[in-house]
Amino acid sequence: MNEIAIIGAGPAGIEAAYVLAQRGYKVTLFEKAADTLTNIRDKAYLFPDFSSAADLADQLNRKLQHENITLKTNADIVSVKGESGAWKLVDSQVNAYTASAVLMATGYTVFDAKRKEELGYGIYQGVITSLEMEKMIREGHIVNTMGEQPGKIVFLQCVGSRDEKSGNHYCSKVCCVTAVKQAIEVKKHLPDTEVYLFYMDLRMWGEHFEEMYRESQEKYGVKYIRGRISEAASTFDGKVQIKAEDTLVGLPLKMSTDLLVLMVGMEPSAGTRKLATDHAMANRYGFATSQSPLLDDNLTAEAGFFVAGTCKRPLSIIDTLNDARAAAQRIDEYMNTLR
Amino acid sequence: MGDFFNPFVIPFCLGTALLFIICIWKYVSWIRQFDRLQRTIVRKNIFTWKFLGAIWEMLTECLFHFRITRKNKLLGYMHRSIAFGWFLLIVVGAVESRLALGGGKPFWVSIFFRFFEHNPHTFGAATFFTNLMDLLLLYVLSGVLLAYSKRIYSRMFGMKSPTKHVIFDKFALSALWCIFPLRLLSESATAALYHNGGFMTQAIGNLFSQPVAAALELPLWTLYSIALGSFFVAMPFSRYMHIFTEVFLIYFRKLGVKEHEQPTGYTKFELSACSRCGICIDACPLNNYLDIKNIQPVYFLRDLRYNRLQPEVVNNCLMCGRCEADCPVNIEQSAVRKQMRNKKEIDTHDNYNYVERVKPFSAIGRVAYFGGCMSHLTPGITEAMCAIFEAAGQKYWYMDQDKTVCCGKPLAQQGFYNQATELRRENTRLIVQSGAQLLVTSCPICYQEFKKEYRLPIKVMHHTEYINMLIASGRLQVQQSALKVVYHDPCELGRGCGIYDEPRSVLKAVATPVKARYEKEKSICCGYNLGNTVLESDQQGEIRDASMRSLLCNNPDVIATACPMCKKAFMHAKDFPVKDIAEIVKDNLIS
Repeated sequence: MNEIAIIGAGPAGIEAAYVLAQRGYKVTLFEKAADTLTNIRDKAYLFPDFSSAADLADQLNRKLQHENITLKTNADIVSVKGESGAWKLVDSQVNAYTASAVLMATGYTVFDAKRKEELGYGIYQGVITSLEMEKMIREGHIVNTMGEQPGKIVFLQCVGSRDEKSGNHYCSKVCCVTAVKQAIEVKKHLPDTEVYLFYMDLRMWGEHFEEMYRESQEKYGVKYIRGRISEAASTFDGKVQIKAEDTLVGLPLKMSTDLLVLMVGMEPSAGTRKLATDHAMANRYGFATSQSPLLDDNLTAEAGFFVAGTCKRPLSIIDTLNDARAAAQRIDEYMNTLR
Repeated sequence: MGDFFNPFVIPFCLGTALLFIICIWKYVSWIRQFDRLQRTIVRKNIFTWKFLGAIWEMLTECLFHFRITRKNKLLGYMHRSIAFGWFLLIVVGAVESRLALGGGKPFWVSIFFRFFEHNPHTFGAATFFTNLMDLLLLYVLSGVLLAYSKRIYSRMFGMKSPTKHVIFDKFALSALWCIFPLRLLSESATAALYHNGGFMTQAIGNLFSQPVAAALELPLWTLYSIALGSFFVAMPFSRYMHIFTEVFLIYFRKLGVKEHEQPTGYTKFELSACSRCGICIDACPLNNYLDIKNIQPVYFLRDLRYNRLQPEVVNNCLMCGRCEADCPVNIEQSAVRKQMRNKKEIDTHDNYNYVERVKPFSAIGRVAYFGGCMSHLTPGITEAMCAIFEAAGQKYWYMDQDKTVCCGKPLAQQGFYNQATELRRENTRLIVQSGAQLLVTSCPICYQEFKKEYRLPIKVMHHTEYINMLIASGRLQVQQSALKVVYHDPCELGRGCGIYDEPRSVLKAVATPVKARYEKEKSICCGYNLGNTVLESDQQGEIRDASMRSLLCNNPDVIATACPMCKKAFMHAKDFPVKDIAEIVKDNLIS
């Protein structure tokens, strides 16, 4: 038995599967949805080079053509049990599978913005999430609630991240640069629309991020305001009125906008939550904990059970792909010990 | 008098004298510390029928302990047998002594009657009285025996966390525990010598041999007298001060005296009326779910009484009122705690220029709607209320739609009375100027403030009351859905204002209610009550989760609440849908 089971056909699962397949292992990839890469398909363009998300998805899917890879969609793995070298996986239709090693790549889901009721998501039509904004960008059709060209768009950072009240103390890492990217895309599309971005800190950590941020101001005129939005309300003409404090000036402000875009953070997906809990490695937020973040970031306390990607913590796609390759390497090493 | 004196009575007499001197001195000085309003209330009501109500409550609470019995029957029996039994022992003993010896005898004679009167047949019913006294002693002893076992196994009495007592209380407790067994032994010793005992004392006395009884009689009576004397001396300084103080407290309360913004002599009565029974400890969510065991009313009131109050004890309280619902003495602990939070002296350098910018509005013929700050953070509630006003065809003035003046309660709860008064004044001005006839609010925090602290000339309703009225009068047409809802009683609306039925009756009209494990006055705070400024958010979360466990025990589809703060709390818990009653009504309007 030389089989490796990978749970989750996102970028981490596919990349790890491909690396392992190339090394001659038989890999079975389980995906609970009907299709692969759902979290990439809802993006339009990717930072930092504005390359097409659809192209990346196609390239990744092409890797699945490898003869050693078997993809099972609509296969929701509900339990993984066993020990070193002999794992048993069961899906929701009670089909059982065996594997020598298991890679958990169950990923993230976005924060449910309805939980921040004060921001009015699900109550006021003009309040949307960054995913819905991404969809508008993808379709090239950015409109306000009346179907007209918006005069003003406001982005709000850290919705469900770095937020004690929603219980998520961590930073979701990718929202800052995503908002900058979306702001630039809006401006490219609609140069006359005013774009404001409310932030706590802007964390421009990656290559070219800081340059994008600078460009957004100098070339595109995106306006940045440091402060969180405390509440939103509707106006009689279908706009959204926001109350916030500009903490650099130290004054409260009110503004009405056509669209309020909530940059929703990352939370563990339902699958991540369940597997991490079942294997007693869930952290306080429900993400899976690796054995050591420095040297053994793909290992868990159970030999033969590996983790990769955003099931551990928020990561960018770049970091996720690297992490998947690293996980494949560790799995290869482990499989050699079984011989 | 010579016949009726023996040196062993001296400890008892000294103790009694000290007890009465100290008590009278304390009570007089406390009454002198009443503020002007409290004095006026006492003066105006002192000769009214309220006196009768006070007598009745003194009987039911000081002697029969009804409220404790409701908590736990065995605990009630224990308190009743000691309090009522001892009371009867004193009264019946006095009657017996008077019938046997006539009047004019020293006061200790009725206490040590068997020692001074050896003839068991001095009057017709003497034998009956002897046996009756034995029966009463047995009654008290059964309570004392239960008190011993409560120390060992308090759960039998429905108490999980018994009070930790200070050394003075332990001393008084030990003295109290000795009194009745010693009385039994001394009376038995005398009965052995003179055959003047009842069914119990004589039976025990018969076990004594004559020389032993003769040798033990005086030492036993002396110990009994010392036990009584020690207890009496310890009483005014220990928790047993509650025995007399509760009588006064009940009386003043029935006359209409209440706690005010500042501590007064009445507060002193409340502090000493706390018997430190510890029932509040088991009620407190901080004890039950966070294992915080030093801030409950029993310790707060004790520390305040002995002048050793720490700020953490004052501030670490949700002010949810759960303890007050269980307190057998009905002490206003939240009011006293608020007094201790008084920050009147602190100048916060606030200016209130912004409140003057709120524009007045002529709202004659309209209902004034005050959403409240918290409802602005849960716009689902205010949107639903607006839809309900529209559906009922009610013209309304949404007074805090744009610019808001806070109701003042969050400030007042933290002791910023001056600042709260400024805000109240401005809101009152706006409401009175508008000419509106009814004020509806969506937030129970504001509701309690408008209802109790403002003196508005118009009626104030919480939206659950208002919607209930609309449905009952047929102005609002709703349909019943199959949605299974459980109702969470918000502290401020339920225990704070006694609104339990209206929300339930509204829910009955629009959904299918299921029960929670703890309901109405026993409901668990959502953990986010503004009263607490100490708890960390994960601690608030622990209490919230406990509250949710109680709510979800009958598998509802949704939690319904009537407070924006509770709604926020439950929404932060992630996994379960939460709605305000107004939102559920809005979803089921027949348009």
